[in-house]
Amino acid sequence: MSKQQVKMTVNGTEVSGEVEGRTLLIHFLRENLGLTGPHIGCETSHCGACTVDLDGRSVKSCTLFAVQAQDSDITTVEGMAAADGTLHAIQEGFMQEHGLQCGFCTPGMIMRTHRLLQENPDPTDEEIRWGISGNLCRCTGYQNIVKAVRYAAKKLNETTREAAE
Amino acid sequence: MSDAATMTLEEREATLGGVGTARKRKEDVRFIQGAGNYVDDVKLPGMVFGDFVRSPYAHARIKSINAEAALAVPGVKAVLTAADLKPLNLHYMPTLAGDVQAVLAEEKVLFQNQEVAFVIAEDRYIASDAAELVEVDYEELPPIVDAFKAMDEGAICLREDIQGKTEGAHGARKHDNHIFTWEIGDQEGADKALKDAEVTVKELVTYQRVHPSPLETCASIASMDKIKGELTLYGTFQAPHVVRTVASLLSGIPEHKIRVIAPDIGGGFGNKVGVYPGYVCSIVASIVLGVPVKWVEDRIENLSSTAFARDYHMTGELAATKDGKITGLKCHVLADHGAFDACADPTKWPAGFFNICTGSYDIPVAHVSVDGVYTNKAPGGVAYRCSFRVTEAAYMIERMMDVLAQKLEMDPAELRLKNFVQPAQFPYNSALGWEYDSGDYPTAMNQMMQAVDYAGLRREQAEQREKVARGESRTLMGIGVSFFTEIVGAGPSRNCDILGVAMFDSCEIRVHPTGSAIARLGTKSQGQAHETTYAQILATEIGIPSEDIGIEEGDTDTAPYGLGTYGSRSTPVAGAAAARVGRKIRAKAQKIAAHLLEVAEGDLEWEIDRFKVKGLPEKEATMKEIAWAAYNNLPEGMEPGLEAVDYYDPPNMTYPFGAYLCVADIDVDTGETSIRRFYALDDCGTRINPMVIEGQVHGGLTEAFGIAMGQEIAYDELGNVQGASLMDYFLPTAVETPVWETDFTVTPSPHHPIGAKGVGESPNVGGVPAFSNAVIDAFSHLGVKHMPMPHTAWRVWQQCHELGLTK
Ligand code: FES
Ligand code: FES
Repeated sequence: MSKQQVKMTVNGTEVSGEVEGRTLLIHFLRENLGLTGPHIGCETSHCGACTVDLDGRSVKSCTLFAVQAQDSDITTVEGMAAADGTLHAIQEGFMQEHGLQCGFCTPGMIMRTHRLLQENPDPTDEEIRWGISGNLCRCTGYQNIVKAVRYAAKKLNETTREAAE
Repeated sequence: MSDAATMTLEEREATLGGVGTARKRKEDVRFIQGAGNYVDDVKLPGMVFGDFVRSPYAHARIKSINAEAALAVPGVKAVLTAADLKPLNLHYMPTLAGDVQAVLAEEKVLFQNQEVAFVIAEDRYIASDAAELVEVDYEELPPIVDAFKAMDEGAICLREDIQGKTEGAHGARKHDNHIFTWEIGDQEGADKALKDAEVTVKELVTYQRVHPSPLETCASIASMDKIKGELTLYGTFQAPHVVRTVASLLSGIPEHKIRVIAPDIGGGFGNKVGVYPGYVCSIVASIVLGVPVKWVEDRIENLSSTAFARDYHMTGELAATKDGKITGLKCHVLADHGAFDACADPTKWPAGFFNICTGSYDIPVAHVSVDGVYTNKAPGGVAYRCSFRVTEAAYMIERMMDVLAQKLEMDPAELRLKNFVQPAQFPYNSALGWEYDSGDYPTAMNQMMQAVDYAGLRREQAEQREKVARGESRTLMGIGVSFFTEIVGAGPSRNCDILGVAMFDSCEIRVHPTGSAIARLGTKSQGQAHETTYAQILATEIGIPSEDIGIEEGDTDTAPYGLGTYGSRSTPVAGAAAARVGRKIRAKAQKIAAHLLEVAEGDLEWEIDRFKVKGLPEKEATMKEIAWAAYNNLPEGMEPGLEAVDYYDPPNMTYPFGAYLCVADIDVDTGETSIRRFYALDDCGTRINPMVIEGQVHGGLTEAFGIAMGQEIAYDELGNVQGASLMDYFLPTAVETPVWETDFTVTPSPHHPIGAKGVGESPNVGGVPAFSNAVIDAFSHLGVKHMPMPHTAWRVWQQCHELGLTK
């Protein structure tokens, strides 16, 4: 099958590669770029394990061809911690509130939370539950994920307030 | 003087991070940064990919297979069929249940999506393209889908490979589609109890076919180094050591030349206990091609071909006095095992520990019989987050308790209280042969009833029923009570083995000169936080902070042999080995301390992280000092080093229990059930890490909710699987999932070194009956005795409609 050149920005770095027209974005990220944070749980858009942030939206990268991501700006879980290794508030929240067990859903959950908190910086529990409803978790029963998101929201809002002062 | 010397006792305890602390998880650091290492993340040089050609039919004869077109696709390396495996004697593999399972179908296919050919190609896209091009010519045969018809006279024989064999792995076979009959208890006594009883009830309680469906599907990578004759096998294995033994027995490769690595696992819940055709095919393909071969199943393959659970049709009967004292129990089970008996049970237990079905009640006489049958459905029969067949047993007895309560016009909680095994009766010998180690059921039940204001809820329910009757409300309220007793921690070698290997488990530890340590165990976490909690057990035993103890599992080259993680056995068995190995270390440490302090061993006493001389509290040796001394300053004649290993064969199982309550509101016009409240009290003995326990309970309850309210792997009359995608198979999202209230009591296990019992599976076992009882309870005043799971809105609506409530 003929190949095409794609280029995009992933976690702040410009990357390029050769893909078939049918290559899924998740496979490009995992196989070509070696970013194995995003996972594959279904390949049918149901589980959200493959969620990444693309041009300011949460997308399920199993449902997009790599060529559709041409020239886009993508963040995966690998791009969340600061360059010096400091964890992002969301990552910290998941750890502090026991928001993960096997960890397979976690990269997708974290990326979804990242976008959710930009859309709604102070969500209610109900809004959090709806906000992450495209991401399945088989281990935690979600209760601690909701807490983790709340933890992150609080911390991020405090930081924003401090910056404003 | 070190900081440690000036710390208070409390500070030292806190630094230790031992048993009982809500220690944050060690494994999180990698997972939250996308640095986990799951099987599909592993990339080996030259690796190729395998994909299956699967049967579209539930039952058909294979007339021919033509792989020419597939082989012509550029990038395709090989196509394996049964004809290639047969000369190696690998076209069938042994199952854990003493049967065989086709690796690739030879003459017949016996379930839809059965593995027929394995296509290996340069990448997964090409493998999948080529699989489409393999031409298989089938002749369709009539399928058997209904287990109740499997043993009909004249029913077509499904398993021609064992046709006419009258003896199976578990005794006599009375029909070509019969696998075994397993019986236990006193049949005559139980019959008599039923005959003489003032009150009897009987009900067919079916626990539908479901699937554990962890978020990560099954996968393996086999890499055969032909020069060294060594096989490395990565895979989603809950029991890596057993996989190594099986791989050696199957392939003839000596066991020391096989290295099995189970890296991070994305949830298991029983799905990853068995050995699947994909694993075997990846091994064979790597041996044939000499390059690493990866196989990863997709979600549809996962749901339709690896590891179903349950599918038990249980006819329960209870005998009782008029005032509600149970006098006997009988149960017959028709067990649908699918096309091959691949149930993951200890060898001598073809129906698992189903005989725990007398539950938490002092039932004087009981009898159970189980008939396993073949049907044209996927093989499996795994314990989906429960100990072997325990969730089925708990569902049956907890449903029957409600059925009996209804007949007696007695409150379900009161009936349970009246029949509990009493605290003074432990250790308690059940009528079906188990010795319950410890329990205090009335305390747990009363604590639950108080916490939820049980009497108040019943009053509210009565008022609500009247409102509905008066036409003022369209919502029925149901209250589901469930009191379960689990049996976990398999198990004592006298009655538990897997393929002949006794079900012990192990822990090995090395304390380094600077006072940190590495411990390795024979189990394998799939999310249960072993790296965190085992270190806590060790910390308490050896006085080294849990932060300084590394935990490793899953690599058979480094970890001691163990039977793996399932059936809530890690804490009861490997956790016990960890405690005992710690005691061995401490015993040696005490000798070293005596030498350092120049006193007799008996003059020393242990305090958190050090030995102190009795009566001279300032004379002490910390574990850190002792560890150093172990490598340079030892008593005369003592071996250097501070290492130990322990293989633990438990004397008994452990019996966690709990009291659950569910309040459900049902909209009679839509059949929608909304879970208003769910309270779960668990007693898992000594609590190692309360945060982890709570997380396990949340997760297990969510699975129970999924099972009771929506999950089913159903088949149509042609044997087409109906629920094999996440479109059809219900995995609850955060929106439907209820909010969980958790609580606990602590009744330590008397025989476990630290009194712990295991908890991972309790919420699944106790949760399912609580949901189901709540839904059915909403209709009990209208004469409804039972409703089949799953309680989907459609089914519940049908019940409303039948009762004339929807008009
Ligand atoms: S893998 Fe993309 S949604 Fe499941
Ligand atoms: S932590 Fe296992 S799927 Fe979410």
